[in-house]
Order: sequence, then C-alpha cells, then structure tokens
Amino acid sequence: MTELAEVVKRHSTEVTPSMGHRLRWTFTDGLTLIGRELGRLRQEPGELITALVFPAIMVVLFGYVFGSAIGVPGGGDYREYLMPGLFAMVTFSAVMAVMTRTAADASRGVMDRFRSMPMARLAVPFGQTGADLLTGLLMLAIMVGAGLLVGWQPHRGLIPTAQAFLLMIVLRYALSWVGVYVGLAVKNDQVADAMVPLFLPFTMLSNAFVPTEGMPGWLRFLADWNPVSALTASSRELFGNPGVPSGEVAWPLAHPVATVLLWSAALLVVFVPLSIRAYRRRGR
Amino acid sequence: MADPIVLAEGLHKSFGGTHALRGLDLSVPQGTVCGVLGPNGAGKTTAVRILATLSDPDAGHARIAGYDVVREADQVRARIGLAGQYAAVDEKLTGRGNLRMFGRLYHLSRREAHRRADELLERFGLMDAADRQVTGYSGGMRRRLDLITSLILRPEVLFLDEPTTGLDPRSRGEIWDSVRELVAEGTTVLLTTQYLDEADRLADDIAVIDHGQVVATGTPDELKATIGDHLDVVLEDPAALRPAAAVLNALTGTDPTMTGDDGLSVALPGGAFRLAGIVRELDRAGIAAADVRLRRPTLDEVFLRLTDRKENVA
Repeated sequence: MTELAEVVKRHSTEVTPSMGHRLRWTFTDGLTLIGRELGRLRQEPGELITALVFPAIMVVLFGYVFGSAIGVPGGGDYREYLMPGLFAMVTFSAVMAVMTRTAADASRGVMDRFRSMPMARLAVPFGQTGADLLTGLLMLAIMVGAGLLVGWQPHRGLIPTAQAFLLMIVLRYALSWVGVYVGLAVKNDQVADAMVPLFLPFTMLSNAFVPTEGMPGWLRFLADWNPVSALTASSRELFGNPGVPSGEVAWPLAHPVATVLLWSAALLVVFVPLSIRAYRRRGR
Repeated sequence: MADPIVLAEGLHKSFGGTHALRGLDLSVPQGTVCGVLGPNGAGKTTAVRILATLSDPDAGHARIAGYDVVREADQVRARIGLAGQYAAVDEKLTGRGNLRMFGRLYHLSRREAHRRADELLERFGLMDAADRQVTGYSGGMRRRLDLITSLILRPEVLFLDEPTTGLDPRSRGEIWDSVRELVAEGTTVLLTTQYLDEADRLADDIAVIDHGQVVATGTPDELKATIGDHLDVVLEDPAALRPAAAVLNALTGTDPTMTGDDGLSVALPGGAFRLAGIVRELDRAGIAAADVRLRRPTLDEVFLRLTDRKENVA
C-alpha cells in the first residue's frame, strides 16, 4: 500500500484519534505552520525590512532630531535612553503583525481550508504565535545591531542583559495572542491593515521617548500603566541605561519587571482562551 | 440503490433575522456530480459551509459517507475537499510550497508530501509555475492550485463553491476538464454555480435552490422538459413588440420575455403548437417577423422560471 493510501486509511478509520495522536498533531502541525512563516520570509525577506523601517526612522528622528531637545531624567545620553523604548516598540509590533496575518488568512479563505482539514484545531493559533516569535527574535537582533551602531550598549553584564531580552520575548508572545484574537474578530484584511496605525499612539503613549512626568495627570496614568512603559523601564534598569526613575513614581514603573510579567500573564489568560474559542466557533 | 454519499435533511440556518436555509434537503449518489443552482443569496454557500463542517446548522442534519457533519466532523474532514471562489492558498508561498505545506498538514510525511505535490503539479499543468510565488499567478492558475490543494488526500467528496466565477472562458474550460477527470475516477462532486451552462455540462443531477429551499431537482434534460419547448420571434420592426407580445400571450397564456431589442421568447405549454399556425396569427395581426423558431428551452430559462425572476415585457 502506498503511503498516501495509508494516510487516507488512517485518517478515515480512526474514529476518534487518541489523545497522544492529537497532541502530536498539534505539535507537528504547529511546526508546519511555523515553517510556513519561514517560507514566506524566504520569498519576501523585504517584509522584515519594511517592518523595521519605522523603528529605524525613529532611531534617526528621535536619536538625532528631537533627542537633542529632550532632557534625560537624571542625565545621560538620549540614545542610550531611547533604545530600550524602541525595543519595546518593536516588541509591541507583534500585535499588528499577527493581527494582519490572521485577518488575511480569515478573509482569503485559508482559515476555512484549515478548518475543513483533519488537522489539529489548536495548531493554527499556536503556529501563528510561534512563528511570530521567530520573526520577532530576528527583528530584535537587527534592532540590537542598530542600537550598537548609534552608541547604545548594555552595561550590567550578561545575566541582566539576558533577562531584559527574555522579558521582551515573554511580552511579545503574550501580545501576539492579542493579535490572533483581533485578527479573528475583524476577519477582514483591509480593516486590519487600516487598524495598524491605531497602534502607534499606543506605543508613543509611554515612557519610551519622553519621561511620563511631564504629561497631564490622566494621560500620565495611562502611560504609567502601559505595558510598553513597563518593558522600557525594566530594560533600562537591566541594561543599566539612563532614565531609571528615582523618587516617587507609579507602582508599575517602580516594579517594572513584575509589571511586565503580570501583564504577560494577564494577556495570556484572557486572549488564549478567547482566540481558541473564536477559532473553533463555527456558524457563519 | 446504495446510500447517497452526501445527504442533507431539513437544514435550517439563519443569521440574525435572515433565513439563509429553510429546510434544505439534498441527496447525492456516489460518483456523480450534483449541481446546486440558485440566485445570489439563495443559500448555496451556506449549504456548502455546513456540509464541509465549517458551520453548524440550526436544525436538521447532514451526513457525508454516513458521518454526521456536526458530531463526527473529524471523520467528515478526512473525506472531503473544499475549493471555492476564493483561492484559499497562501499567496506569499510558491505553488509547490503551498502543496507541500498542506500535504504536511494532512499528516503526510515530508517525503510523501513532496512527492504528492509534484504529482499534482505535473498532472494539472502547473509544473512550469511550481516555483513561482502565487501572487504572480493568473486567476485561472490560482483557482487550479486551490482545486488541486483540495485533492491532496484524494477526497471522496469534493465541494466546489462557484469554482469558475470570474474566470475567462479558457480557464473555465480547464477547470471543467479537471473536474470531469476526477469524476471519472470516482470522486463525488457537489458544485455550486451561477453559470447554468456550467451545470448543464458537468452535472448529472441539478438541485435548484431559492430562498433556502430546493425548488426543483432532476437531470438537466428533465428540468428542461418541465417547461416545454420555446418559441423565439425576431421582429422586423421593434415598434411591433407590444402587439406581438399580445398575440403570443393570447396563443400561449403566458407573457413573453424580451430577447434583445426586437425579439420575444415564450414557453409553449404542451406540444400542440405548429410553427405555421403561429406565423399565421402574427400575420393576421399585421406583424412582420424576421425569424420565428421553435427550440428546446435553455437551463437559464428553466432557472428563471423556477426562481421567478423573469423580466416581462412591460
């Protein structure tokens, strides 16, 4: 019997695939979908560059143009102050990246094809978020290169540096699940594309570019609690970059590492079940 | 006769206040092509989505090869292929990349997924474009890739939801050839379409649906026979349309429909009409006809009659 015939037979004779089978399929199908992202990247490496153009512009614009007029709290080099904010910005881009990809799959029928196939149900969102983690790491690596180029560097040694990057990865993964959910909810790639610029204020409304102290009260409250701020603050602390607040600051900025972890856990707890439910829902 | 491989009974589905399906019944014997015809919004796509396990019916049930589409969805999914009006492939990947990925998702080994991809590309004439990104494919090539992607696991039942909508005539012909080949190998095909010639050429049986229900079933010939022969009259002077329509109405008891600027077409009830008699009646009313012809009705006319959307002479 040919292998194709065997697979056909296996699929159609197993009344309910065993738990072990399901788990293995979730894993292998997830890997296949990660491979899909890598295949896309190989076809269009420019996509990665496009995604980095914006942060690169920010490096120049803030590092050299606005930065000369912005005072770093406690003193220090503005570009050293800026880079952790840009790392956080790139981390936050996971929401947009995953959202647009998910919405494209949903609107162009690819999601329906997945759903009509005997593949593991959970593999699609896990594959998508897993793939984003890989592209995210690549983008982060490029940003680190750009940072070193403009004079940024970590000052506190290997372990804190590794911890800072680990925090970015954890938060990125959690944020990518927000992207899955929003992408499934809008189901339309044009709407999703139109939503991308809306995320910009989200990243700007933080301590990434300027200290929050100067903002009006209500805005400062939002900025202080923004996960982008917490990630930026924890990176500054762990890299030993300037801008670590001293004195009276809001709780999230006084405990940035804990805040990033809490935010990540909260996002995962809310958006993983929501996404899985949205993916499984049949009825349209 | 053996049990039908696709069976739907009393399917109901509504979205908000609109009833997409209200008691749809469908039965497709193995190895045949069933054409589902209906105007836009008749419920064709909703029916296919339910049969392909993408959507749950509000009431009623459906079985594919004996497996319930709701409770035994995994079993159904292992036996069906779905291709449609949207080419559901990853446009960023190459044709080969798509087939390999979907092959892996059908749990073929890497080697087998590669082999099957090449086999399908070769057989359906996409080998030359195999390593090109799908973004660069023509509409017909995309649709063909979508079709063969749904063939990876040799499905018993293939759902084609308007597979040639928006394609040029040559690409349509290529899709039709592919479908015929599959049917010759024993695949059962359920095809929705708005193109009646497509159903006429491909389908063994046709189900006409309107407002979420089947309003007629039969072979294309049976359906055509239900409305009798057709009379086409082309007038020398378009100004005579109204009196000519009155004469034809008096003869047949139905309002003729307009064909072009100067033609009328009407179904003849029963077979008792003679061309000579009709010409004489037109003559008596002083109407000069350039052409008078009797012919079998087209499926379009059957369809318009059944779905009651004909355009009458005002």
